[in-house]
Amino acid sequence: MKIWLSQHWQALNRALKQLTNTPLSSLLSIIVIGIAFSLPLGIYTMLGNLQAISSDTASTPQLSVFLKLKASQADIENVNSQLEEFPYIASFQFISKEIALQQLQQESNLNEVANNLPKNPLPDAFIINLQQILPDELENIRAVIKKWPEIEHVQVDTDWARRVDALLRLGQLAVLMLAVVLGLALIIVVFNTIRLQVLTKRDEIEVIKLIGATDSFIRRPFLYFGAIQGMAGAAAGWLLIALGIQAINESLVELAQLYETDFHLNYLSFYDSLSLLIFSALLGWLGARLSVAQYLSQIEPE
Amino acid sequence: MISFVNVTKRYPDGFEALKNVAFTIHSGELVLVAGHSGAGKSTMLKLIAAIERPTYGNILVSDQNVNALKKSMIPFLRRSLGLIFQDQKILYDRNVFANVMLPLQIRGFQNKTAAGRVRAALDKVGLLRKENAYPITLSGGEKQRLCIARAVVHRPSILIADEPTANLDVDYAQSIMEVFRSFHQVGVTVVIATHDTALLNDNRYRILTLNQGKLVV
Repeated sequence: MKIWLSQHWQALNRALKQLTNTPLSSLLSIIVIGIAFSLPLGIYTMLGNLQAISSDTASTPQLSVFLKLKASQADIENVNSQLEEFPYIASFQFISKEIALQQLQQESNLNEVANNLPKNPLPDAFIINLQQILPDELENIRAVIKKWPEIEHVQVDTDWARRVDALLRLGQLAVLMLAVVLGLALIIVVFNTIRLQVLTKRDEIEVIKLIGATDSFIRRPFLYFGAIQGMAGAAAGWLLIALGIQAINESLVELAQLYETDFHLNYLSFYDSLSLLIFSALLGWLGARLSVAQYLSQIEPE
Repeated sequence: MISFVNVTKRYPDGFEALKNVAFTIHSGELVLVAGHSGAGKSTMLKLIAAIERPTYGNILVSDQNVNALKKSMIPFLRRSLGLIFQDQKILYDRNVFANVMLPLQIRGFQNKTAAGRVRAALDKVGLLRKENAYPITLSGGEKQRLCIARAVVHRPSILIADEPTANLDVDYAQSIMEVFRSFHQVGVTVVIATHDTALLNDNRYRILTLNQGKLVV
């Protein structure tokens, strides 16, 4: 166990030494991996931020129920009592046609139009906040309410959010595909780096094979190197994105103040960052493993 | 103990380097393998270390059948041997100390224990003062001593040397032979391939002579 640990420690040391022995090429590879990673990483972070907004809205849907223009006070009360017994409804609010007209008149640029109307064209309406439900059920509720005789039209106010949400899911699929392609690129970059290393260390590998080094001993420093390179590349990508978010947040502060909201972009979560590092280390390891398997067997002592 | 049982080695190009060779070297023996270039000396030594595999016949090293060894077990066979190569195979990108350290490194020795053993091996071949020197600065004889130190640092029971005194002048060759003799005296089996006539005229040792791949009796 002690020997096993010390062998791994030595392999790690040799991998680090190799990394610092060729600082320029190591740095370049890491930056290349970092830039490749920053693309899906950046899109992923943006999607995450957008989704935080849209899914919040989409999961608590809002309906506007418009009554027929000729609806009487009795009709309104009828709808009101039916809504009170209806499932899935968190809360609802009645907006009479008079209040609606007042609201319209208060909107500054429509003031003129509203004042010049001969009679109130607006219907009575209910605004319904639903509980968190699935999109299918939302559609059911809409259909049921629409069939009531007093109802002219039912509108899902949060349809936009659902569409954005669906679009974001599509975006996530695109990120996944991008990540797969760039993960392959990472494997290839590491594969090539390790190939060159194996070839330049040909003499050393041949000698230690002759004096009894096992294949796993010979492989180990290369595998560590690949894993470190993958992880460092991912860290570089993470850093690029973090810097980008910081820069955007600084200008967002001004924008958010103008709209009197507190809106800012979130960084990649701790959990996501950790899995990014582990995943890229695994990919680097895999690239090194493939490369070593390919080229080590070619070096047989004569 | 090293035993060859009717061993034939034919290379892929059809050249038969060894033809039906049989002999036994007992543990603790010092044996010289003689013969002119191309007689099969190097092939014989390579077969012992499983660097080459025989076409026919069996090779036993310390009661292991080398032919039957799985590929993954070959490193462990080589660890029981001390090998000195004709082309030396010194690594020029590191100093004398690091070169001798290699066999211990692959065994996972702790650095402290290993350093003591490396110095002991260097002391035995008289290179202790040169431990920080780079191999490029060493003379031919010193390089050969470096190879011996690397071959014995892990205390193998069998020492195998291919032309260790080639290209060395007589005095140097003799002092190298003294080193081998000292290992022989502490019970190490030593096999040396050579065509050095001065050495072969020394009748203290058993000599296996090869001629065109056949053992001359």
